[in-house]
Amino acid sequence: VKFDSGVLLLSTHRLIWRDQKNHECCIAVPLSQIVFIEEQAAGIGKSAKIVVHLHPASSNKEPGPFQSSKYSYIKLSFREHGQIEFYRRLSEEITQRRWESMPTGQTIQVNKDPQAGRIRAVGIVGIERKLEEKRKETDKNISEAFEDLSKLMEKAKEMVELSKSIANKIKEKQGDITEDETIRFKSYLLSMGIANPVTRETYGSGTHYHMQLAKQLAGILQNPLEERGGIMSLTEVYCLVNRARGLELLSPEDLVNACKMLESLKLPLRLRIFDSGVMVIELQSHNEEEMVASALETVSEKGSLTADEFAKLVGMSVLLAKERLLLAEKMGHLCRDDSVEGLRFYPNLFLTQS
Amino acid sequence: MHRRGVGAGAIAKKKLAEAKYKERGTVLAEDQLAQMSKQLDMFKTNLEEFASKHKQEIRKNPEFRVQFQDMCATIGVDPLASGKGFWSEMLGVGDFYYELGVQIIEVCLALKHRNGGLITLEELHQQVLKGRGKFAQDVSQDDLLRAIKKLKVLGNGFGIIPVGGTYLIQSVPAELNMDHTVVLQLAEKKGYVTVSEIRSSLKWETERAKQVLEHLLKEGMAWLDTQAAGEPQYWLPALFTELYAQEITPEEAKEAIP
Repeated sequence: VKFDSGVLLLSTHRLIWRDQKNHECCIAVPLSQIVFIEEQAAGIGKSAKIVVHLHPASSNKEPGPFQSSKYSYIKLSFREHGQIEFYRRLSEEITQRRWESMPTGQTIQVNKDPQAGRIRAVGIVGIERKLEEKRKETDKNISEAFEDLSKLMEKAKEMVELSKSIANKIKEKQGDITEDETIRFKSYLLSMGIANPVTRETYGSGTHYHMQLAKQLAGILQNPLEERGGIMSLTEVYCLVNRARGLELLSPEDLVNACKMLESLKLPLRLRIFDSGVMVIELQSHNEEEMVASALETVSEKGSLTADEFAKLVGMSVLLAKERLLLAEKMGHLCRDDSVEGLRFYPNLFLTQS
Repeated sequence: MHRRGVGAGAIAKKKLAEAKYKERGTVLAEDQLAQMSKQLDMFKTNLEEFASKHKQEIRKNPEFRVQFQDMCATIGVDPLASGKGFWSEMLGVGDFYYELGVQIIEVCLALKHRNGGLITLEELHQQVLKGRGKFAQDVSQDDLLRAIKKLKVLGNGFGIIPVGGTYLIQSVPAELNMDHTVVLQLAEKKGYVTVSEIRSSLKWETERAKQVLEHLLKEGMAWLDTQAAGEPQYWLPALFTELYAQEITPEEAKEAIP
């Protein structure tokens, strides 16, 4: 029997391990038996572990999977994830010692299957050897992968050095490099994921790729924008475009870099950045300042509105509703009332009635 | 009389030299660009080879992903900068993280009305895993953090706030400065905080504490309980699930019921 591939459960009284495949196989340790626990961080080829040090078994202990062990601890190996979370909760339970104050439910049979109760395996040593072998096998695969990765990174590092040297040349020559060469260089940087050492700005902005992307976006976003009143936040665009693509998704930076080129390419959309930092795409035909006028009407009708209320009324996202109201305030049409109940906007009577 | 300055010839010579230098300079850059292009092709081949052997490892092993990301960072390479980058195209790391980004945005949006745009990394992790379904690839908290760091550039206010050993993820453009962060960290232990606690732990004056708490209230990140015994308590809904809802299995539930 190997205690591999299972689910670890934590109750207020016990630590229970259940085999994922064979549900009959289930072992448990009462939390009262735990002296202390320690973490072992994950390493290359090693999964994260928690080592649980136990008291010596009391004489009235129910029979378990092994008669005895030369070790006074057990190791829980977290192959996939969950070690940090589990460690935290286990520490909490051990500190709180809730089993002392709470009665247990009826004691469950630890091994339901009578056959399972007689699990002896080939002694603990046999099991540990098997686990060790499996670990070595996994280790081998991982270490090969890691070796290959290191070699790859060495080569990548050379590319980074080369790009720095070229960038220095460009700086020295101060504009003697042709535009064509600049574009080529930027696209090389883009392929490698190297920040542009010359301008220090966004990776590979201004490449052919981003120009093409900008044009594509203009096509894709026309209808969705019209459906949404001519304006969408960049996060909305990101989700929309990537969900539609399914594969070969855009990175957030790809999207931003492409959008930055919309205006210069004279496309019917543009990128706008509000004071708050919120970024939106607008149809060229969309005029946010005009929308403010209608927003003012809406607010006046209702006396006052919060961003939430306004959003619901008009059918906009709260994020954009807030930006519109803030813009209206900036233009002097609305006044704010900032209280713990929220931010509420009123028509600016100081302006209209003075 | 023709005036031929002593310098005329020298200037002409100098100009010629300069022109020649420029030419050489151009040639130098051209050379290096050509070299880079060649090396890039070679690198692409190496990466393809690596991908054919180890692409699965990256997909399935969150720890290996961490190693990979760390090594990239060390040498100054961002494999997630662009979907058009080699890393993304050949190793598929791009799609993995960009899709995760979409899922994170959606979860945050769905829960914003409840927690004001503040959520623990744990809860986000749980919700994302739920949304991905049983057959999807596993994602670790480290994966989430990396995806979130990339989302920041979209301007929606994505932020990562360290609190008590874990993180709160902010997904709205609310301004949270050091004062706010520190109060959030204080509230993390119990899920709520009071003015007195702030005064005693942080040694602030009441006014400062109140300002911070009011800001959190306004942003919807904190709820006020005026009926608490003693003084009003400011609760963080982002921490509710974390502290007060524990997941138990059906067996344990059965056990718990007498």
